[in-house]
Amino acid sequence: MKPAPFEYLRADTLDDACKFLATHGAEAKLIAGGQSLVPMLAMRLLRPAWLIDIGEIAALARVVIDPDAITIGACARQHVLAAHDGLAAALPVLGQALAWVGHEQTRNRGTLGGSLVHADPSAELPLVAVMLDARLALQSTARGTRVLSAREFFTGPMSTLMEPDECLVEVRFERWSAPCVGSAFDEVAIRHGDFALASACAQVAIDAAGRCERVALALGGVAGAPLDCSVQAASLVGSVPDDGAVDALAQAVAGGLEPPGDLHASAEYRRSLAQTLCARVLRAACARARGALTEAR
Amino acid sequence: MSDRTGERLHEVSLVVNGQARSGACTARTSLVDFLRETLRLTGTHVGCEHGICGACSVMLDDRPVRSCLMFAVQAAGHRITTVEGLANPDGSMSVLQDSFCEAHGLQCGYCTPGMLIAAQALLDRNVQPTEFEIRDAIGGNLCRCTGYQQIVDAVRLASARLAGGAGQPATAADASPAAPAA
Repeated sequence: MKPAPFEYLRADTLDDACKFLATHGAEAKLIAGGQSLVPMLAMRLLRPAWLIDIGEIAALARVVIDPDAITIGACARQHVLAAHDGLAAALPVLGQALAWVGHEQTRNRGTLGGSLVHADPSAELPLVAVMLDARLALQSTARGTRVLSAREFFTGPMSTLMEPDECLVEVRFERWSAPCVGSAFDEVAIRHGDFALASACAQVAIDAAGRCERVALALGGVAGAPLDCSVQAASLVGSVPDDGAVDALAQAVAGGLEPPGDLHASAEYRRSLAQTLCARVLRAACARARGALTEAR
Repeated sequence: MSDRTGERLHEVSLVVNGQARSGACTARTSLVDFLRETLRLTGTHVGCEHGICGACSVMLDDRPVRSCLMFAVQAAGHRITTVEGLANPDGSMSVLQDSFCEAHGLQCGYCTPGMLIAAQALLDRNVQPTEFEIRDAIGGNLCRCTGYQQIVDAVRLASARLAGGAGQPATAADASPAAPAA
């Protein structure tokens, strides 16, 4: 379990990292927290000639909370995000998801951006990014900065639209303007901290009469990449999302899934989990939105 | 500077258990191998070498991390605490270490350095954790001997001793096997 030899360079700035990638991109890998990359190196699933360490670049670890959006640097550590009071208020679903990510020892090193670019289909943070249709800013020396929607970024297991010469710089989450917003994240794993057999997260906004104004829903572990179900979930918009409507939606969503089956869970079991989790997160998100409404009164 | 096989060596300087230390290693040398083989601090154990078992846990700038999931070159300039750094300055065992003996919190001892680091990190920030918080804190550490109960007992005992009887130790009543709420 020792990685193959590589050379190591600690980048002081994002520009330095991008310049190096421009010349060595195909044979280099960026490392920040390394909590997914190092196991792959140890198992020799990857054998890069160079590791470029961007984990100490302070400019890539910023958290900026604006009235209309939250922008988080790619190298912000998961433990920092989980304990961030401003984020707990402005983007609660992130903390709800982070409670399921790995263990304390891995969250102390792991970063938001590292989890996104690793793109494990059952990972929690890519699911949140897809649910909220986050915007990912990628930088390269050749093409400058381009911004991709999380809903197009993930193309399959461990694969994304990021090019070998690009570095993920920051992730932007839109803040919903409705005053009464609730969100929820839930998953089933064999042990807490393991990868999810299935996972779900949702965000719901309601108006003063309790009617659903806006909803986003996404499922993890049931396809090669996080699955955005917001179009289907829009059936809740315009009426009070009661249990009947939520259950019907969860059933319809699960009915359309073709999840993978493996040693740990059959396809049928994953579909059943997805239906249960889907209903559970929608109910919890609605309850939190109603709680926000009560508080506002 | 390179090793026998021609692989380039990096000079790594860091602070380990309060002392400035340095040594030369290849870029691919994990922090745990550097601690054990270069600095000869063999208290930290190497288990799975891919981030599953937690045996190699050390503190990096006071936070527990897996030292097999870091390269020594990444730790340059940082502060590390290993299990050797937990004992009292006179070499006697810390309250937590003594509680592990008292409560039979170990059998073969392989996981113990990692368990001690995880539990000490918990007690450092929360001297009276609930049983759920204890189980969560050691959730990333595997033990194949104890079934975990005596380890939890040991941390509860240490908690009670450290809190100096000011409060009651955690009880089984506050245990919650449930995962975080949705």
